[in-house]
Parts: sequence; C-alpha cells; structure tokens
Amino acid sequence: MFHLTRKLVRLLFLFCLLAPSRAQTADLEAETQRFLTEAFTQPPPSSSLWLTAEHKPAVRALLGHDYPAARLRYWRSGRRTAWVLDEIGKEMPITVGVVVDDGRIERMRVLAYRESRGWEVQSPNFLRQFAGAGLSGEQQLDRAIDGISGATLSVRAMTRLAKLALWLHPQAMQKASPP
Amino acid sequence: MSYRLPHPRFVRTTLALAVYGALAMPAFAVGSSVEDRLKALEARLAQIESENHSLKQQLKQTDQKADAAGEQVEKIASQGITSKASWADATQFGGYGELHLNQLKNDKPGGADKKEMDFHRFVIFMGHQFNDRLRFFSELEVEHNTVEGGKGAVELEQAYLDFMLTDNLSVKAGNFLIPAGILNETHEPNTFYGVERNPVENKIIPTTWWEGGVGLTARLGNGFTLDGAVTTGMKADAADKYAVRAARQALREGTQAKNPAYTARLKWAGLPGVELAGTVQYQSDVTQGNDATAGGAKLLETHAIVNQGRFGLRALYAGWRLDGSGPKAVGADRQNGWYVEPSFKLNDAWGLFARYNRWDNQAGGGDGVDSSYRQFDAGVNYWPHPDVVVKFDLQRQKAPMGKDEFNGFNVGIGYRF
Repeated sequence: MFHLTRKLVRLLFLFCLLAPSRAQTADLEAETQRFLTEAFTQPPPSSSLWLTAEHKPAVRALLGHDYPAARLRYWRSGRRTAWVLDEIGKEMPITVGVVVDDGRIERMRVLAYRESRGWEVQSPNFLRQFAGAGLSGEQQLDRAIDGISGATLSVRAMTRLAKLALWLHPQAMQKASPP
Repeated sequence: MSYRLPHPRFVRTTLALAVYGALAMPAFAVGSSVEDRLKALEARLAQIESENHSLKQQLKQTDQKADAAGEQVEKIASQGITSKASWADATQFGGYGELHLNQLKNDKPGGADKKEMDFHRFVIFMGHQFNDRLRFFSELEVEHNTVEGGKGAVELEQAYLDFMLTDNLSVKAGNFLIPAGILNETHEPNTFYGVERNPVENKIIPTTWWEGGVGLTARLGNGFTLDGAVTTGMKADAADKYAVRAARQALREGTQAKNPAYTARLKWAGLPGVELAGTVQYQSDVTQGNDATAGGAKLLETHAIVNQGRFGLRALYAGWRLDGSGPKAVGADRQNGWYVEPSFKLNDAWGLFARYNRWDNQAGGGDGVDSSYRQFDAGVNYWPHPDVVVKFDLQRQKAPMGKDEFNGFNVGIGYRF
C-alpha cells in the first residue's frame, strides 16, 4: 500500500513544482500601483497623515488596538481618497487598499494576504459587499457584511479596516494642504 | 475819500485762488506721505513674502525629513514583520476553552443521569513564522481538566509545518486535522451553536480527528479550494463494534502506519456567507491489517453553510462504508448521520438555533437491530464579545433500545483569543 503512497507523494511534489509561482514574484508595491491606477486614471502624488495623540483614541475605538504605524500614506483627488492599511486577521497582517468617495467606500481590494486560511476575503464577491458602505453614528458600518465560514477573523479584520478608512477620509479632507 | 469796492470778478478770482490754494497745499503734503507709506508697506510685504517662502521651504524640508524618518521606522518595523528576525514577533500564542454544565436525565430504566460540570477543553495555540513561506502551527489541549484514572487527556491535536509554495498552493506535514465536516477544523466555541458539539460530527466524522502525514491545499480560484492528504489510517476494533470514533489512533505511541488513508475535499465559498463542501476518504485497511474479517473503508461527507443577514443554516451528511464480513455482522458496515441546524441572530450579541440530528454507527442491516439515535436541540448563544460566548440549550434524545437516552439542558461558557 505504501508503494501507492510513495507514488502519490511524488505526484504531489511534482504538482507543487509545476504549479504557477505568481505569488513568489508578487510585489506589494506593484499591487499598490495597480490598485491606484484602477482607482484614479492618473494617480495623484501620495500624502501623509500622521496619527497624533488626538487621533489615537478614535483609532483605538475602531480597531480595538492602536494602529501599528505613526504615519499613514494616502492619495487624494477631489472628494476621493485612497488608503493602504494593514490589520492582523488571525496571525499575519492583511494589506488592504480602500477608496473612499465622499464618505462612502467605493472599492476595497486585498493587496497582500498572508494568513494560511480565510483567503476567500480576497474574492471580488466578498469585497463587493463593502461598496457604498458608510459609518453610522456609532462608528459601525451602516450595513451587515456576510462572513465566510472558517474565516471569521479575517472577515472581522476587513470590517475594521473599512471602518478605519471611512474615519480617516474626513481627516484627510480637513487637512490643510498647501498647493 | 471814497472807498471803492473791488470789482466782483476780482473778488471771485481771489476767492477761487484762495480755495484752490487751501485745498491744493495740504493735498500736496499728504500725497507725499502716502507714497512713503506704500513704499514702506511694499517693502514689509516683500520681507514677509520672503519669510513665508523660507518658512514654507523649511516646512517642506521638515515634512520630507519626517516622511523619511517615518519610512525608515516603517521599514525597520516591516523587516520585523516579514523577516521575523525577532523570535517574539514571529511567535504567536492563542487559545480557547469551554466549561460545560450538563443537567441530563437518563430516560433508560435504571440508567445513570448525567448531571455534571466539566471544564471540557482548555487549549493553547502556538504558531511560529520561520519566514514568509514557512510556518508552524500547534494546538495543545487538556481535556476534562485533569488526567486521572483513565479520565481526561492531554492531547497534541495539531502540530504541523506549513509551507506556502505559491500564494495559491501550500503543503503541510506533521499532525493535522482531517479536512472533513464543519467542526473538525473550526471548533472554537464562539463559532458554533449548542453547548456540546453536535453528535453527528462527534460520532460519525469523528471530530476532533487528527492524523499524521502530508497534505496539500490548492486555491483554484472562483471560490474553490481543493485539499488532498495522505495520512495515517484508523484502527477499528471488533470489540468496539468497529465504531469509527473509537478507531482514531490519535498518533499516540504505537500508532500503526501500515495502511494509510487518502483524503480529498473540494470546497466552494464563492459567495459571501455560503460554503459548500464535500470530502471523500479512503482507508486502505480500517483495522491496520489486524482483523482478517475487515478491510478498506470509505467516508463520504458533504455539508452546506448559508449565512445571509440574520439567518443561518448548517446542514451536513456523513456516511461510512466498511468492507468485510466482520463489520457487516454487527451492522457497522454502514455508519452514517446527518443534521440540519437553522439559526437566527437577533442582533450581534444574541442568536437562537434549533438542530435535528440523526446518527447510527450500526446502520448496516446485518444485525437486524434498530440502532439509530435521534436528537433535537434548541437554544441560545450570547456573545458579550465576538470571542466570548455563553450558551444554553435544551436536549431531547431518542436512543435505541437498551442505550442511554439523555434529556435535559446544557449550559456552557467559551472563549477564544
């Protein structure tokens, strides 16, 4: 019987070797550029928003913890802003791009997924649910997001990032930006 | 002497000159002062503009410096995340646990009731990320609080290395959970309804079910995932009437690895809130060659999970076929069960459920005895936090003749982090 096992294992490894290795070359910066080109025909230059002491309590309330960076990079054109944000699902950070148009999410895209399970959060069918979502008075999304069984933690991380982007949008819009 | 009045024209001209002079003289003096002041203001404005320009330049430089510093900090931080230079950053801990109170009356005449409290499971997760592609994951469990007099257990339920070959393909090796059913891989108490895990997955799949071997996970796109595994097999025994739950070798010392098992699962989760999956497993010899009257075995499992808004539905079927005259003689050549569990979430914190379960570990006709169990559960989950749950349910069982039949209620608390 183990003869068959050996054959199967050999086949498995052969399959692994032949499998496309798109991922190994996947580059977060290239994904970010692709996301920006999709969002803005002509991507504007990036700006920075520093998370100061006055921002921190609100961010903590949205995420349940501090954001792990002091500076957030974003892109703004008219009433639209685009954000690249990180949040841990179960063990590893998920990098997500979010475009906010006038206080509502226009699109969301996973730029890097590093968890071993729950990869379905990257699917367009899942992400489509966030389009049009805004923040309610209680700082919650104004709509229910159907989860993915076995990926509860990743779904929750995505929801937190959606809320964070919606909260950041007016901060960027208010920020005085000298020409 | 006569006094002649001046000619009126002269008077008019003199007056006009006087008025003009009166108006023009001060005007001349004021015009010179405004010009000076304007010049002074212009000079001041130019100075302010220059200062402003210089300040803007300084601000820009400060911004650039701050950005550069920020980038540097982020770079260092991201190196910490991705290269996992620090052991602490690369190692994750977590856990879950559940305490159960069973208040169940045994309706079998003379049977003992089950009125017990039990810290059923206390689990510690530990994972380590060696690099972006290679990770380790483990789950260590204390069951029933203590290990004493054949009761309770310390179990290593998972301990495997997972290697991501590509974003869509990974291979794991070690001790891992068999990809079958709903609860076997996702069984933290806050993720399911009911104090106890459902009896169908417990008796038929049988959860929690881990084996040693290698497994492959391929993400095929469009929501499809394919899992394949070659692992140690079961060791069923005639003394247990070939019940699959008792046949798990659990990788304890002496686990026989003569006759492996092959598992394949196809899962579709292409729509949010929906999962459809099917598993087939082939056991090359379900007794590891220890029983000449038995042989191979096949498991077929399929389930659906649908969560749309407040409504939820879980439905699962699992069935075994065991070859050989030995299992057939006691009806264990067929072991199967199914359940349907509709649920409704009142809000984020409260959910109601009902479940109908049916299972039979001697469903084959060989013994000519009705051996099937039926159980109805209904209850409520309360999540004070998404990771913490308090549960209550009512249980109504219908057991075969001569078997324990437990009716009553269960209360539980559970957590994960």
